Amino acid sequence: MKKFNLREFTASPGFNSFTATLLAIFLGMLFGLIVMLAANPANALEGFSRILTGGMRRIPDVFYYATPLIMTGLSVGFAFKMGMFNIGASGQYTMGMFFAMYVGFMFNLPPAIHCFVCVIAGMIGGILWGLIPGFFKAYLNVNEVITSIMFNYIGMYLVDMLVQGNATMYVSSKTRTAYLPASAQLTSLGIKGSSLSVAFIVAIVIAIILYVVLNKTTFGYELRATGFNANAATYAGMNGKRNIVITMAIAGAMSGLGGAFAILAPSTIAGSSMTYEPVNIVTQAGFTGIAVALLGSSNPIATIFTGIFVSYIYRGGTLASLAGFKPEIIDVVIAVIIYFSAFSMVLNAAFRSKISKAFGHDNIVKPNANAEPDPVPAEAESEEV
Amino acid sequence: MSVVYYLIQNTLPVAIPLLLVALGGMFAERSGVINLALEGTMLWGAFFGCLFTLFVGQNMGNAQVALILAAIVSAVMGIVFSLALSFAAINMSADQTIVGTALNMLVPGAVLLTSKMFFNSDGITTNITYYIKKVPVLGDIPVIGPMFFQKTYITVYIGFIILAISIFVFYKTKFGLRLRACGEHPQAADSVGINVYKMRYAGVSISGLLGGLGGYFYAVGVMDGNCNGHTGVAGFGFLALAVMIFGQWKPEKIFFAALFFAFLRTLAYSVALIPFLDNLGINQAYYKMLPYVATMVVLAFTSKNSRAPKAEGIPYDKGSR
Repeated sequence: MKKFNLREFTASPGFNSFTATLLAIFLGMLFGLIVMLAANPANALEGFSRILTGGMRRIPDVFYYATPLIMTGLSVGFAFKMGMFNIGASGQYTMGMFFAMYVGFMFNLPPAIHCFVCVIAGMIGGILWGLIPGFFKAYLNVNEVITSIMFNYIGMYLVDMLVQGNATMYVSSKTRTAYLPASAQLTSLGIKGSSLSVAFIVAIVIAIILYVVLNKTTFGYELRATGFNANAATYAGMNGKRNIVITMAIAGAMSGLGGAFAILAPSTIAGSSMTYEPVNIVTQAGFTGIAVALLGSSNPIATIFTGIFVSYIYRGGTLASLAGFKPEIIDVVIAVIIYFSAFSMVLNAAFRSKISKAFGHDNIVKPNANAEPDPVPAEAESEEV
Repeated sequence: MSVVYYLIQNTLPVAIPLLLVALGGMFAERSGVINLALEGTMLWGAFFGCLFTLFVGQNMGNAQVALILAAIVSAVMGIVFSLALSFAAINMSADQTIVGTALNMLVPGAVLLTSKMFFNSDGITTNITYYIKKVPVLGDIPVIGPMFFQKTYITVYIGFIILAISIFVFYKTKFGLRLRACGEHPQAADSVGINVYKMRYAGVSISGLLGGLGGYFYAVGVMDGNCNGHTGVAGFGFLALAVMIFGQWKPEKIFFAALFFAFLRTLAYSVALIPFLDNLGINQAYYKMLPYVATMVVLAFTSKNSRAPKAEGIPYDKGSR
């Protein structure tokens, strides 16, 4: 068996991206704390501690809200592996939600398969909205970023229009959709007072499948190769255009499933369900998915954990309102985390070299590594760089 | 004829924000940096412009002077905001698309947080009338008067002035030439002594200036001088990027592209006033989708021979070859 070597381990790319992620999260949290101190100094610490620990008391809810986030995170991350930026996860999510809802309301199926068909329909909706930017990119050379942004808006207006125009789905007096039939809702995991459903487990299974596809199949290999160097991949005989379309279809499927899982979640109150309010605003879900994917370095397995983490601080954020803050503070924190994660590898490398210089070259594994380093030389070194 | 006047009067205040923001995007991309954060920059500028109007502008007496001052505030804040992108993209060689997305997410969150905590609403509502019913003398000219000098905003004229300045700076100055060189071949530019980092900072800062300004002009021309964190600027920052691509990264073409998109949008929101379209009985949502669908159609036809700056989106590294 290979002997565990701390220095080898800390130099591995996996460990590097892990510390880079931690650094980005730390900086994001720090920024959030500063904003809170500036906005309301008296309550800032209380609010911040609620963000940090608030999710602890609602673990089932954390998992429940994490489910769609994991799905959109997988969607964005999968496209990233191919070198594409799927900013259209929001539109795919909305389409998936609508397709699932449509089958839920309009199809009268046996209870045993109804919810299953709804989920499949949601996936198809997402695939559809992922395929279009894929085709535009592969065959018309249109940048997928612009296409998917446009299709976020087109999908949103389309869904809002279709929902509002459907008398079965839409209750105009409440400006919301009606309650879905119980047969269309996902099976609850049976935790009292929580909407946690089998979808969470399905999401984890899908993440594992994606991991296997990416790392153990020819298709996954071609995909990553294209992501590293598209020209080299084409030269080696890989069908880049086909792979772009398939990748976007899979990414769309993930987001579509996320939307389906969100709307089909079982309600805690008997006889009701999740509802959708058409307000002509592009949903935030896809953009949060970008954060989840980036934090997880687009690794499907890591995405499970970053999805749970992001959901966790969102739960804490809603509790921060008890201390006089608004949940939007989490949007700010997440945005800052993404900002720093875009160059956290660079920052991380700078930090690491600073640390190893502060400790001297070989001292990292010495037993007294916890001792305070002399700050003077470290600062002097950083001046030069 | 009154429908034609109506459409022109309503198209221009919408076209100007698109034009300014697209010009901003052009300056950034021609210097080699993709500014995807324009959507956020617009809301950021609009927010500070409205904030200034709420506390200072409203009490000044002269609405047009107040508008110009608020516009300056929003432009300055736009520049400040763009520094976040410049730092990440130019100094830290970060992925520009991701940084742009992060900044786009930051602004609505920050605006909602501030508005909810301090104003108890989703945005800022000001009480000031920028609307110009009729420009003296010029408004009485037949045909041209009703088209350009009645029921309008001063933003329209400022927009045209900025377009003229942009064309001049872009084509006729040393700065413009150097900027374009940095977006096409930064190594070549560097080899003749141009500081690529400085030029890129300048390009992104101009995009921040125009983005913030365009954002406030959006608040003036479309939102009645208010801003809202939920609706934001309704994708205008992204549309502006499409306008820029449609305009092939050239200021004069961007102007016509902006007019085209603004016209489609005005059409979408005034279907009820045009008897011909109203009689067709098409759901209004289709018209609302029109600018976005048109973007896709236009891009599908123009992207094959796209004239995008060669070095856009690639961080400049002095050491690479």
